[in-house]
Amino acid sequence: MTDAAVHAPAAAAGPSHHTSTGLSNTKLAMWVYLGSDCLLFGSLISTYLLLRHRSVTGPGPNQVFDIPFTSVSSFVLLMSSLTMALAVAAITRGDIHRNRAWLATTAMLGAVFIGGQVYEFTTFYREGLGYTTNIFGSAFYTLTGFHGVHVSVGIVMLMSLLVTSLRGNLGPERAETVETIGLYWHFVDIVWILIFTVVYLIP
Amino acid sequence: MSTTAHAEDVHPVGGAPAHDHPSDLKYVKIALLLGLITTFEVATYFYEDASTTFLVLTLLPMMTAKFLIVTGYFMHLKYDNKLFRRVFFFGLILATVVFLILLSTFAFWGDEYFKYLR
Repeated sequence: MTDAAVHAPAAAAGPSHHTSTGLSNTKLAMWVYLGSDCLLFGSLISTYLLLRHRSVTGPGPNQVFDIPFTSVSSFVLLMSSLTMALAVAAITRGDIHRNRAWLATTAMLGAVFIGGQVYEFTTFYREGLGYTTNIFGSAFYTLTGFHGVHVSVGIVMLMSLLVTSLRGNLGPERAETVETIGLYWHFVDIVWILIFTVVYLIP
Repeated sequence: MSTTAHAEDVHPVGGAPAHDHPSDLKYVKIALLLGLITTFEVATYFYEDASTTFLVLTLLPMMTAKFLIVTGYFMHLKYDNKLFRRVFFFGLILATVVFLILLSTFAFWGDEYFKYLR
């Protein structure tokens, strides 16, 4: 029996990580980071909840929010989670072409979401809500702005993956890299699930 | 041997993740469910007579359901090693407890908070 035949079952069962936990350190580090990011967004959301009704000047949430528009943006980001999951599934199967297609689609949906946020911010500004107009504006722009930065960083990471793939350096052996970046992308989505409900839908 | 690709049949290759993934069709079904829940959430906006209590009691469970579906299926916490789940939910629960205490400190839940605003 050849060495290749002996090692084949191990390869099919996935990678073995020579770490004290037997798990990928990269993936574990990403989960630790995401757990800590919960504290960042928790602080921003609770600050917003405490401050949103304390404005004495300028427009408030009821005057500026356009729920139908934000609903479409939310739906776009939600569907980007689907395309990211499909990208991870494709690279896991070794389907590089579909992986590229889903990565590009995910980045594009993320860009559409950011475009929507830029449009929303511009509209709010024209309606008289600047960053320093009132305390609601400051809390709102800080919370949603931080989320927007997270989405933008995610888009950069997705584009990096796409370029790496086009150069031929992203094969099935690096599926875990795609999965780890996918975790970040899904986290950005679940944070928006919280923001959409707590900030936009509950008065 | 069946050639149908079920969730358990999708085997990784090379350095791919060691745990099982749902099939593509299952991912699409999950996304449709998420879209449906979002539709219900948005529908509450058009119900003009809804009280804040009603909105909180209907929207928070839907939000929680979406959160758990994405973390469980798209992020694979349902299938992956339990350590990942513990690490993430430790941060999440810590954040929830800390900021519930913060909101309570400012008497956010009672009428006093809103009287203070006036």
